[in-house]
Amino acid sequence: MAASSAQVGLPRWAFLPAVAGALFIMLPLVALLVRVDWSNFVGLVTSDSALAALWLSLKTSTTSTALCLVFGVPMALVLARTEFRGEQALRSLILLPLVLPPVVGGIALLYTFGRRGLLGSTLDVLGIQIAFSTTAVVMAQTFVALPFLVLSLEGAMRTAGHRYEVVAATLGARPTTVFRRVTLPLVLPGLVSGAILSFARSLGEFGATITFAGSLQGVTRTLPLEIYLQRETDPDAAVALSLLLVLVAVLVIGLARGGRGLG
Amino acid sequence: MRRLFSAAAALALASTLVACGSDDSSGGDDATTTLTVFAAASLTSTFTELGKQFEADHDGVKVVFNFAGSSDLVAQIQQGAPADVFASADTANMDKATGDDLVEGDPVDFATNVLEIATPPDNPANVTSLQDLAKPGVKVVVCAPEVPCGAATVKVTDLAGVKLKPVSEEQSVTDVLGKVTSGDADAGLVYVTDVTAAGDAVHGVEFPESDQVVNVYPIAALADSKEPDLAADFVSLVTGEQGQSVLSDAGFGAP
Repeated sequence: MAASSAQVGLPRWAFLPAVAGALFIMLPLVALLVRVDWSNFVGLVTSDSALAALWLSLKTSTTSTALCLVFGVPMALVLARTEFRGEQALRSLILLPLVLPPVVGGIALLYTFGRRGLLGSTLDVLGIQIAFSTTAVVMAQTFVALPFLVLSLEGAMRTAGHRYEVVAATLGARPTTVFRRVTLPLVLPGLVSGAILSFARSLGEFGATITFAGSLQGVTRTLPLEIYLQRETDPDAAVALSLLLVLVAVLVIGLARGGRGLG
Repeated sequence: MRRLFSAAAALALASTLVACGSDDSSGGDDATTTLTVFAAASLTSTFTELGKQFEADHDGVKVVFNFAGSSDLVAQIQQGAPADVFASADTANMDKATGDDLVEGDPVDFATNVLEIATPPDNPANVTSLQDLAKPGVKVVVCAPEVPCGAATVKVTDLAGVKLKPVSEEQSVTDVLGKVTSGDADAGLVYVTDVTAAGDAVHGVEFPESDQVVNVYPIAALADSKEPDLAADFVSLVTGEQGQSVLSDAGFGAP
């Protein structure tokens, strides 16, 4: 599949904008590296508040990714394998968080799950309070990350087609067996890259979190919120933490490339 | 592979939307002169009104505002953002500008602000004093100590000997107010002017200790201004009678 592109050759005009675009993305990262106060770097990224924020970010992003899998896989399956009236409209609505500013998502979540929100009084009766808790952080992240998983997985399922599934079914396999033994192995690369994208999106989540969950060390203040706050008084710490987040992101992209290699 | 690509493109799109911040839009046409004023976010309504008055008094002059947190503004000015006037919500950020010789002359104090408790209109936790905020079960939201309103909060509570256990330490007064108006917090500490501006959306509870921590707002024309006369005029408008009456209507104290 990859071999064919080498023989066709590229139009020469493509190189200049491609290089310019690549520089545009890489130069700010270089600027960040230049600006880092290396002599204090270790101290800045291992302070109590930094470690609490990093740990919280990793914990919540992992939980959100798991939730994205739990809800996203069935959603992708339904969208890819069934046809019903209004499916297009439903798909657009589900993918809405992709294009919404996260702040809008946060406001919407607040008026749904907040104490006086749509479901708030019901939850209150049950003794559940979501605002200002780590649960709220996970919900904000899941809200913005879920469409990434659904989008990549539904695409993978459509590309894979359902010929093999039909064969398995005619041989007497039950739907769950077909899903587990045929569908899932076929779309595994799509599933892995979707999950990694969801994790990356959760890790970078800022707007919905600060609007819906608040900001308290160890409870709701994730790494992006900590960076934004440190910028107020200690720009060096903000830069060091930004680099830390870049490093985690690079790791995630590395994993994504590995995951893609599975196909 | 193509799927990952399109999802990544969507990721990029989504993240650009996060950062829909305000750019400096200094694209005025030749017929008009533009005066660019960088002012603290808490001055948004008062300065917008004063800007209109200034335009009415000066033919062919357009006043453009950049409202943001004072520390953001001073950082932008330090990085060379084109600005003619800077109005800060605290002296600390103005000191950064004067320290870097970015200010023309001496800054002038033009307003003061003190803290006030904001609760949802029905005051569900029945908060009537600063001490009530420390009661168990009362969900209090404050500004983080790193931002000016949070620094003021720490000072006031220390002086009063009240130990708060906030459920959230927010990035700005706006974030605190948001959690109060939505009803998720029982109370928040914000500025008097924020309570005035929020109108019926919140209930204000004044407390006597607030007088001990007064936030002073300084204003100054900037050294790099291309319109030094207009910049000085704007400073005079704010510090003069007209400006002071607009500010006091909004709840600001006299300097």
